[in-house]
Amino acid sequence: MLRITDLYARVEEKEILKGLSLTVKPGEVHAIMGPNGSGKSTLGNVLSGRTGYEVTGGTVEFNGQNLFDLETEERAREGLFLAFQYPVEIPGVSNMEFLKAAVDARRKHLNLPELSAVEFMKLARETSKRVSLDQAFLKRGVNEGFSGGEKKRNEILQMMLLEPRLCILDETDSGLDIDALQVVANGVNAMRSEERSFIVVTHYQRLLDYIVPDYVHVLAGGRIVRSGDKELAKELEAKGYGWIESEVA
Amino acid sequence: MTEQVEHLIKREYAAGFHTPIDSETLPPGLNEEVIRFISARKNEPEWLLDWRLKAFRAWQEMDEPTWAHVNYPPIDFQAVSYYSAPKSMADKPKSLDEVDPELLKTYEKLGIPLHEQAVLAGVAMDVVFDSVSVVTTFREKLEEAGVLFCSISEAVQRYPDLVKKYIGSVVPQKDNYYAALNSAVFSDGSFVYIPKGVRCPMELSTYFRINEQNTGQFERTLIIADEGSYVSYLEGCTAPMRDENQLHAAVVELIALDNAEIKYSTVQNWYPGDEQGKGGIYNFVTKRGVCHTSAKISWTQVETGSAITWKYPSCVLRGDNSVGEFYSVALTNNFQQADTGTKMIHIGKNTRSTIISKGISAGRSSNAYRGLVRMNPGAEGARNYTQCDSLLIGDKCGAHTFPYIESKNPTAVIEHEATTSKVSEDQLFLCQQRGLDAEKAVSMIVNGFCREVFKELPMEFAVEAGKLLEVSLEGSVG
Repeated sequence: MLRITDLYARVEEKEILKGLSLTVKPGEVHAIMGPNGSGKSTLGNVLSGRTGYEVTGGTVEFNGQNLFDLETEERAREGLFLAFQYPVEIPGVSNMEFLKAAVDARRKHLNLPELSAVEFMKLARETSKRVSLDQAFLKRGVNEGFSGGEKKRNEILQMMLLEPRLCILDETDSGLDIDALQVVANGVNAMRSEERSFIVVTHYQRLLDYIVPDYVHVLAGGRIVRSGDKELAKELEAKGYGWIESEVA
Repeated sequence: MTEQVEHLIKREYAAGFHTPIDSETLPPGLNEEVIRFISARKNEPEWLLDWRLKAFRAWQEMDEPTWAHVNYPPIDFQAVSYYSAPKSMADKPKSLDEVDPELLKTYEKLGIPLHEQAVLAGVAMDVVFDSVSVVTTFREKLEEAGVLFCSISEAVQRYPDLVKKYIGSVVPQKDNYYAALNSAVFSDGSFVYIPKGVRCPMELSTYFRINEQNTGQFERTLIIADEGSYVSYLEGCTAPMRDENQLHAAVVELIALDNAEIKYSTVQNWYPGDEQGKGGIYNFVTKRGVCHTSAKISWTQVETGSAITWKYPSCVLRGDNSVGEFYSVALTNNFQQADTGTKMIHIGKNTRSTIISKGISAGRSSNAYRGLVRMNPGAEGARNYTQCDSLLIGDKCGAHTFPYIESKNPTAVIEHEATTSKVSEDQLFLCQQRGLDAEKAVSMIVNGFCREVFKELPMEFAVEAGKLLEVSLEGSVG
């Protein structure tokens, strides 16, 4: 699914990722944890092709293709999905219109027929129910005036509609209360399958009580310094990140 | 973002062709003889000639206004031709069958078929080509309802009392420099009269086309909605692509008598000039309406064309409980400059006005909103709400807001909100991460930004306006 080898990347002259390697196979859920400033969000942004993130070394293979040969929107259409930590608002563009355009683009890429407006509306309504988002949100502007929790649920709604192959959740748990966290986790768990992989980036162990990962990696100083199973997350929760950072140093 | 957005701008101006047609065009220059010529060509009564001459003499004493936030070299008014008409129009055709086929072809190319069976269902149209009205469709059907819709030249002949009573009653000859010029040399335009209590059975529309080189277009539109009547009116404009600037100075006067409602929509797409800012129309327009008791005037404009736009559709809320509205989308790209907005003059009690202005700037363009809200001493309980939003695309363009608020009545309430935003990198990235390409993303974001205004346009034209924005933004992102 995804093979990252010795990845270096920088933002505005500042080297953030320094030799990161990670392999994700179909069906696996990988958690990436780490202290603030360790490069967690950078990884998602680099993989999804955000401007301003410059790759200075290493390779990334996604479904057998060189990821860096693909434009941002092509990576998305290939099935790479990033759930944002801070989803932006697009005033005046209805959520429904936006979702349909996104799904149309993905389906066209997969040579699937476009869904009619009626078919899509039905699908969007059913899916929004699954993330406990009232249908009224489909008519409102994209994230316009949504609360933090509503924005995150809207991200999961997009993920469900787009049926991506690789989902990267960038600190999706930040700012969520326990109910919203459960809704998000249920959404992710419902989508887990043998063909789909997840990279769950988080600062806290809490989310991993709900989304149980196959692997846990600790990111520090721009590379993965330790890997383990879900027990590693608990160890981190108990001891904090300090011991790893000092071990690495 | 900047880097992404910098690729400016390959813009297709689909209406940029010229029709080779035999025209009678006055040599450039302006003096009393020219005005007498125009008046005689139109077989005008003595009073109208005097009215024009009075305007001309006033104009000679006036100075070109310089307060707008626009820059252009001085205009040589003696280098402009003030009258041009297709020769085939010398004897005005009585029906479409008699109209020069070249002219009909021009409008077909513009997507405006003039045959009544082919035109947009439910829209009657007056078509003005350079200085003259070519044809007015659906006249008989309108006449059944008592609606008068024809060119202003024809109205002068057929309904002189109405014209004499109302022309200049809202925009006097000396109102401003360009209004005075227009009053002196106006050649054609549309005339509408809706009788008492009549709801006009179809949309009325005028399509303006500049064709000849070095000519100016000076049309004059007069719409009178008698008591309790309703009309929705739309104008559209295009011109060929040319290297030199051409002048368009129109005057529009609306009169909404007691309980009447006029909805006036404009889709302005005059040639904007090329990527280097060469050529394009100078659009200096005076539009104003007066509302009597409980009347309503609503201006909706989508301005995407012209090298320079200078225009402030306004409402004089004279009668108690009257309502004025102004909804505007002004998009500038490349080297276009727009200084546009409105004036809401509250005179009557409990008058209300709403201003929603959306300015979008791309390329190296400059886009200014200029608006006046005045509450006169008698405007007891009057209210205004103004919202002005600017959207910037790239970092070489400018947006400016010049609100003027004058309140002489302590019970009047004025609210003003203004925002400036950029199509942000975050918004673009969200769209692209969901599989949309950058151009689709920008057009979606801009359309969303304009939604409040587009919903005021008649249905068919809202779709048109959305498409027009898309074309006008072409190449604004790389």
